[in-house]
Amino acid sequence: MPNIAVWAIFLLPFLSFLIIGLILRPFFNNRPMLSAYTTIIAIAGSLILSIWALIAVNGAENHVLTDVSYQWLSIGDLVINIGITMDSLAAIMVVTVSTISLLVQIYSIGYMKGDGGFARYFAFMSLFTGSMLGLVMANNLLFLFLFWEGVGLCSYLLIGFWFHKPSAARAAMKAFLVTRIGDFGFLVAVIFLYVKTGTFDIGELHELALAGVLGGTTLTLAAIGIFSGAVGKSGQFPLHTWLPDAMEGPTPVSALIHAATMVTAGVYLIARMFPMIASSETAITVVAIIGGFTAIFAASMGLVATDIKRVLAFSTISQLGYMMLGMGAVGMGYASGAIDEHHAMALGVAVAIFHLFTHAFFKALLFLGSGSVSHATGTFDMRKMGGLRKIQPWTYATFLIGSLSLAGIWPLAGFWSKEGILHEANAYAPVLFWLAMITVFMTAFYMFRAVFLTFHGEYRGGEEGSHGHGLHESPKIIIIPLVILAVFAVIAGWLPVGDFLGADVHFSFFGALTSWLAWVSLIFGFAGILLAYAIYGRKLLSAESIGKSLGPIYTLLIRKYFIDELYERIFLMRFLVDGVFVVLGWIDAHIVDGAVNGVAMVTMTGGKVMRRLETGQLQVYGLAIFVGILAIVAFLFMFN
Amino acid sequence: MDLYLLSPEISLLATALAVILLDLFVKEKWILGWVSVTGVIVSAIFALSLWGRVETSFGGALAVDQFSIFFSLLFLGIAALILISSTEYSRKFAAFRAEYYALVLLATTGMMLLASTRELISIFVALELTGISLYVLAGFLKDAKSSEAGLKYLLLGAVASAVLLYGMALVYGLTGTTYLDEIAAAISSQGILGSPALLMGIVLLVAGFGFKIAAVPFQMWVPDVYEGAPTPVTAYLSVASKAAGFAVILRIFYEALGPASLDWGMIFAVLAAITMTIGNIVALTQKNIKRMLAYSSIAQAGYIMIGLAAFTAEASSAIMFFLACYALTNLGAFIAIIAISNKINSDEIADYSGMVRRAPLFALALALCLISLTGIPPTAGFMAKIYIFSAGVNADLLWLVIIAVINSVISAYYYLRVVRVMFLGEPLSEERVHASSGLRIALAITCLGVLLLGIYPWILMKYSEIAAITFLP
Repeated sequence: MPNIAVWAIFLLPFLSFLIIGLILRPFFNNRPMLSAYTTIIAIAGSLILSIWALIAVNGAENHVLTDVSYQWLSIGDLVINIGITMDSLAAIMVVTVSTISLLVQIYSIGYMKGDGGFARYFAFMSLFTGSMLGLVMANNLLFLFLFWEGVGLCSYLLIGFWFHKPSAARAAMKAFLVTRIGDFGFLVAVIFLYVKTGTFDIGELHELALAGVLGGTTLTLAAIGIFSGAVGKSGQFPLHTWLPDAMEGPTPVSALIHAATMVTAGVYLIARMFPMIASSETAITVVAIIGGFTAIFAASMGLVATDIKRVLAFSTISQLGYMMLGMGAVGMGYASGAIDEHHAMALGVAVAIFHLFTHAFFKALLFLGSGSVSHATGTFDMRKMGGLRKIQPWTYATFLIGSLSLAGIWPLAGFWSKEGILHEANAYAPVLFWLAMITVFMTAFYMFRAVFLTFHGEYRGGEEGSHGHGLHESPKIIIIPLVILAVFAVIAGWLPVGDFLGADVHFSFFGALTSWLAWVSLIFGFAGILLAYAIYGRKLLSAESIGKSLGPIYTLLIRKYFIDELYERIFLMRFLVDGVFVVLGWIDAHIVDGAVNGVAMVTMTGGKVMRRLETGQLQVYGLAIFVGILAIVAFLFMFN
Repeated sequence: MDLYLLSPEISLLATALAVILLDLFVKEKWILGWVSVTGVIVSAIFALSLWGRVETSFGGALAVDQFSIFFSLLFLGIAALILISSTEYSRKFAAFRAEYYALVLLATTGMMLLASTRELISIFVALELTGISLYVLAGFLKDAKSSEAGLKYLLLGAVASAVLLYGMALVYGLTGTTYLDEIAAAISSQGILGSPALLMGIVLLVAGFGFKIAAVPFQMWVPDVYEGAPTPVTAYLSVASKAAGFAVILRIFYEALGPASLDWGMIFAVLAAITMTIGNIVALTQKNIKRMLAYSSIAQAGYIMIGLAAFTAEASSAIMFFLACYALTNLGAFIAIIAISNKINSDEIADYSGMVRRAPLFALALALCLISLTGIPPTAGFMAKIYIFSAGVNADLLWLVIIAVINSVISAYYYLRVVRVMFLGEPLSEERVHASSGLRIALAITCLGVLLLGIYPWILMKYSEIAAITFLP
């Protein structure tokens, strides 16, 4: 596969962004569909090239197709390269990202129809996809960071797409600021690593870390700094607060953010940096603990959320926690000497990325499904839905498949990837394993709570004022992506992703059911489904009375452990949102203006004096030349 | 003697003469502009074909090397952009269009010779060819301000030439030769180093060339001439004339006076500090955008002189890179100003209020160029400053770089003030500003160049690095 084709994978969406931004939007604004077609063609091109790359990587030596760097600039000793790598990890990621993105773009044609910002929407979506594709291919940290910020910027633009809505503008700001906290740690770590090692190259950093040249506190600090970036992007505790609010963007954007382009960047970063991070026992233990804790913590908030998209958002945070836990557990096994280096490096990446891969499909499916539901009812509030099973059979069927897959029911995709993580957690981090098991129960419960509330029972009226257009199944352009994603939500787990990433994973369709671990997790999963059925399907138990009897806990969950309040009312958000504005305002008023005015005052006075020297008279100018010469001569002789 | 080595200069000279002759026969005068541009392109093709050759001719007086080709291409690029953006402006002197184009071409020829001669007398002749063409161009408009500008420039230029010639005479008297390489050899071998006469010669050369590059205290002509001259000529003066000055300084000081670098390095360092500080401070109070850019160009010369003081191959490369970035940026700014001023008939900054609503593209382009002049990424100006500052630090001139950084911060005030006026002010009228396609093309080229060099500077840096080492020890 030629190098140029590999570069084209992420350059095509950028090209599409430029075409829309520079040509289509200014000159063909009355033909908005052109923008959608441009985006879809570009991303379809990326997808085809990604699949080509995947096949080529499979045939390449050591599963590394290409790893090239070009000098971008060199000033003195500072040499900055740009370069990409196409190995098995990058190949899996580009295929996942471009597949999900393509389906989301097709769906968006239907969903965004008639929106005034149609062309702008597709321009941002192209940029978003291109940035994410570049991120997973970059082979040095600085170049990666560039795309990392690009992804952050696009998420800001898209979450705040309907910027005239105050809640959207606020959510976008929140996402931007909260992730910026993590990014700051990441950037500091990148610079710190460069100062210590003199390189930004990821491969070289791994070699240094594995050889022990880079180690001790230096490595731990750098690894935790990088992880803080991942915590922000992937919505891990304690920087998870932005993700539920990010629902304010258009639903396809949420699907893309949750499944492919934004939150997965954090998990990808840890996977890409895994050899380095796993070399520090402290850092990888932190990854495991944060991951395991976030999994159960976010799932518990999902139990009570009433907005279907928020349920899904908490679910995403929780599932990303699983992925972190998987890598953390393998890393802890490596640190304790239980797994040898070669096996551990492949295994850690494999368990996390396999789950990322399957999760991408069923989570995109669930989000797009919730969008389809809202298309009919005009709301995302599950309390106003119900009974949609008969009206939207396709949406219902696909949503059900997605939920079963997420709940980890055999033989759907989620089962296989979750098993991998649980297996490693059981082996190397037993406490976290039991937290993860409880999370399995919670996951099944909240997903089926959503299914029963939304699709079963009687219709509860939808959004006020939206009765006019009547309930209907969504158009084909929306249903087709759902069906495609549903197929993947079933079969994605059967694909040999783990083997491709270098870990020996033995896939056995029925053999998987012979392990006790599988049965325990299936029992937990079914227990969750049954409980949801009992409460919301059959109404055998009253949700209200349970809520009342668990009063304080219920309040704690519905208020999201008061963390938003903690951040907003007490320190962080106030400091961040208000504080930043106050500080900026103060700096602007006193320091910038003050200094500039001060400087300007002093210098303007000086300037006026000097301007007076410039009288416009020729003789004075001529004289000045000679005075200048004399001054220089005097200066020289004074010094010699 | 290989005449092909002179082909870029010869073809340009021929074009200049052809334009004047054609003027007698051609009715459609706009053709002359495009003939000139074609001549520039042909000359550039000749110059490109010479890239990689390192040869001397005319008994060693002429050198064709990467250094001279780099500068020749820079001058040709500037000339092309100036010619393209003059097509509309030149209506103001419709009867003398041919002479205008020919003079621009002649001045460019002189600059190209300046960058490639290695002998004092030839350098002086080339300098005068450039100078005289520019004196005429500065006074090309028939109004009082322009005439005043032309006359002032001529008289002060004559003073500077005299000073320069005196300095050259001293150097010749001490070393007995006018060839740069022989001067260097004589200085190191004959024990002239440190003699007061040589110092005096150096000071006079600094003063003479300081006039060309507008270094303080030889800058006084700049604001008056820049304000009075036709705007395209001002643009040309501010970039090409300055670049030519630096080219010849690099040749003479780096090659011939290299052994005496301790003496002149200090002079340039101090002048750099004074030049950038005075340029920036006086710029703060300007209300006329052309005068503001005049002082800004003085300040920019100060930054570039850091490279002269450093006297390393890296610094020389940084100067060339800076000059190219500065040329693109400043030309872009002036082209935008030509477009806007043509319409509103004013150069007052206050009249640019709300320009973004009357001429969104021009306002955006001007803002980009001003941001680049300030030195904010991702623009060429940022990369240029980083490069030259880092060369300064590597040459142990940290104190000078600190002054330069402080100056950059001060400069943000007056550059960004214009941006603020254009973007936040209320438009004075609803009338849209339109401009000829020539201006649009020239502006697009400069703005794309500013962004390209800001994002991928290596594309040019690798050539400036090669050009920088052609004559360094």
